[in-house]
Amino acid sequence: MFGLSRGDLLLWLFVLLLVLAAPILLNPFPESSALAQFNGGYPDLMQRFLIFGIFAIGFNILFGLTGYLSFGHAAFLGAGSYAAVWMLKLLTINVIPAIIVSTLVAGILSLIIGYISLRRSGIYFSILTLAFAQMSFAAAASVGFVTQFTGGETGLQTALNDPRILDTASTTGNIPAPSLFGLEMRDSFQWSVGDWLWTFNAGYYVCGFVMMVAFYIAIRITRSPFGMMLKAVKSNNERLSYTGINPKPYTLAAFVISGMYAGLAGGLMVAMDPLAGVERMQWTASGEVVLMTILGGVGTLIGPIFGAGLIKYFENIFSKINESLLHQWFAFLPDGVEDFFVAVIYPFVGKGWHLTLGLSFMLVVIFLPGGMVGGLTSLYRRIFKKSKQAN
Amino acid sequence: MGSALEVRGVNKRFGGLQALNDVNLTVEEGRIHAIIGPNGAGKSTLLNCFVGRLKPDSGTVMFHGQNLLGILPYQVNQVGVSRVFQTPEIFADLTVLENVMIPALAHRDGIFEMNAMKPLLKETDIRKKAVDVLEDIGLHDKLDMTASSMSRGDKRRLEMAMGLVQEPKLLLLDEPTAGMSRADTNNTIEVLKHISKSRAITMIIIEHDMHVVFTLADRISVLAQGTVIVEDQPENIKGNKKVQEAYLGGAH
Ligand SMILES: Nc1ncnc2c1ncn2[C@@H]1O[C@H](COP(=O)(O)OP(=O)(O)OP(=O)(O)O)[C@@H](O)[C@H]1O
Ligand SMILES: [Mg+2]
Repeated sequence: MFGLSRGDLLLWLFVLLLVLAAPILLNPFPESSALAQFNGGYPDLMQRFLIFGIFAIGFNILFGLTGYLSFGHAAFLGAGSYAAVWMLKLLTINVIPAIIVSTLVAGILSLIIGYISLRRSGIYFSILTLAFAQMSFAAAASVGFVTQFTGGETGLQTALNDPRILDTASTTGNIPAPSLFGLEMRDSFQWSVGDWLWTFNAGYYVCGFVMMVAFYIAIRITRSPFGMMLKAVKSNNERLSYTGINPKPYTLAAFVISGMYAGLAGGLMVAMDPLAGVERMQWTASGEVVLMTILGGVGTLIGPIFGAGLIKYFENIFSKINESLLHQWFAFLPDGVEDFFVAVIYPFVGKGWHLTLGLSFMLVVIFLPGGMVGGLTSLYRRIFKKSKQAN
Repeated sequence: MGSALEVRGVNKRFGGLQALNDVNLTVEEGRIHAIIGPNGAGKSTLLNCFVGRLKPDSGTVMFHGQNLLGILPYQVNQVGVSRVFQTPEIFADLTVLENVMIPALAHRDGIFEMNAMKPLLKETDIRKKAVDVLEDIGLHDKLDMTASSMSRGDKRRLEMAMGLVQEPKLLLLDEPTAGMSRADTNNTIEVLKHISKSRAITMIIIEHDMHVVFTLADRISVLAQGTVIVEDQPENIKGNKKVQEAYLGGAH
């Protein structure tokens, strides 16, 4: 159905269900409990799960299928963001043109960067993409001509006196918030049941809709003849050319598609929060999406989404745990033991969350080459096989 | 029937080694032409010159009137020349079926096709074609197996299926039965014989197994130290003195 196999359709529906129910699923702890810290169900964070999910799904089309590891995808994220802010400023505060144009602008930029970088493969390709991204970063930050479009170090944001040629002038005297035909992205509906509080945010569901479409397209690409050629590029590029296929346009197409996904993610960030800064083009953002993809499972369909969610959760929740909170948790232990536990755990939380991330990344790379999703699949297979043999 | 492949005066030097020395070869259309010779004679090097893996220092290689020198490997394939390599070159991470569907798609769609939204499941014709060839070659019970987990002999047969599915005008086979069991070798002989007859595919086959050579070949060229020393009918090769010398003296 919809051009998907039964298994893929079920997978897509499973993700849809998670997206729809996330505001509830991610807030499992009552508001007044000590564990409410770990609730991830607030709009800002949930939007980021989805947006980085899109970024990682797209990245996986390049890295997971063709094996080409780009270290420069932040350039497309940033370009998409800038383009989106300009659309909000010049055209309309409606987010649709912003999202579309951000995707197209990133597509054009990735065509140029991809065309040149794909003249090399392996580590040289990675370094070329990194170099291009750093050039874009430097240009956006401080090259006079370019800073007219990027706002340099200050960045870009919407303002009251923006032209917005398609909109009627604001009458309230406030900067209008990004909206979808009048529905503001920051609008939320809150629902409290007992001590639980759930927030259903308009922007989150717009992101959810876009991500489900992006995910659907990614499944279709993966299951197409084109997708099979991309896997063949990864498996044996040279053999492919002796088979009558020119691998170059395939790889370039994958690069542009993944660049467009990055641009779309950048555009959505702006649609949720109408500003763009040069840090979005920094190499750390390029590295982050690599981590997400590998952690979740390179080449798997939903791995990147989980990887993105996990890293964003770590970043936002783990980083909040501080020393006094730890003392509170371990208060039931005798003093000396309490101090010991706090001393051992503290480096891994709060500002040290990167340490935990690094450790989990190492563990995954060493023990689960297929990432979390790959690990779960092989575990499932092993159990399934065992029970089959027992029969 | 005319000639399918005309090789004239091909030379190739690797540093101080003259790997190919003024090689001339004419392969008649629809025939099976064997190239034999001791290890290191330059047989694989010669095939590399046909498909764009190596560029000869001089000489011409004409295929049905088209010059194969100076065009890229995928262009060589698209004019109808498929090759099976000496060390199996397959898509190791993909399934057996996918390995054969890829060349089938290349044959139908050309060097590039942006069919990213078309489900592979709907490519029933391509799938059927691939399954048929795998059936001919005896791998139909391994369709979903990952290619890397197959035996060496099976990998060779898979690569042969990859070549055959393209219905090439010229099929280049570099030691197709090396590493195969007797039974698989006999099966391969049957398959190649059948295909050569039914589809009139021209074949060049490099082979050390003389049983295979003498069962299949319509004509044989003997290569030694980069030079074609004899070219003749199979029955005349067996007793040829030069050939025996090349094998005894040449196999260092
Ligand atoms: N790329 C290369 N660079 C340098 N020398 C090469 C290269 N390819 C082949 N040779 C050398 O050229 C000679 C011919 O090699 P080739 O592989 O063509 O022999 P062959 O007849 O196919 O032998 P075999 O029966 O063992 O496969 C050998 O001495 C080999 O070492
Ligand atoms: Mg050889």
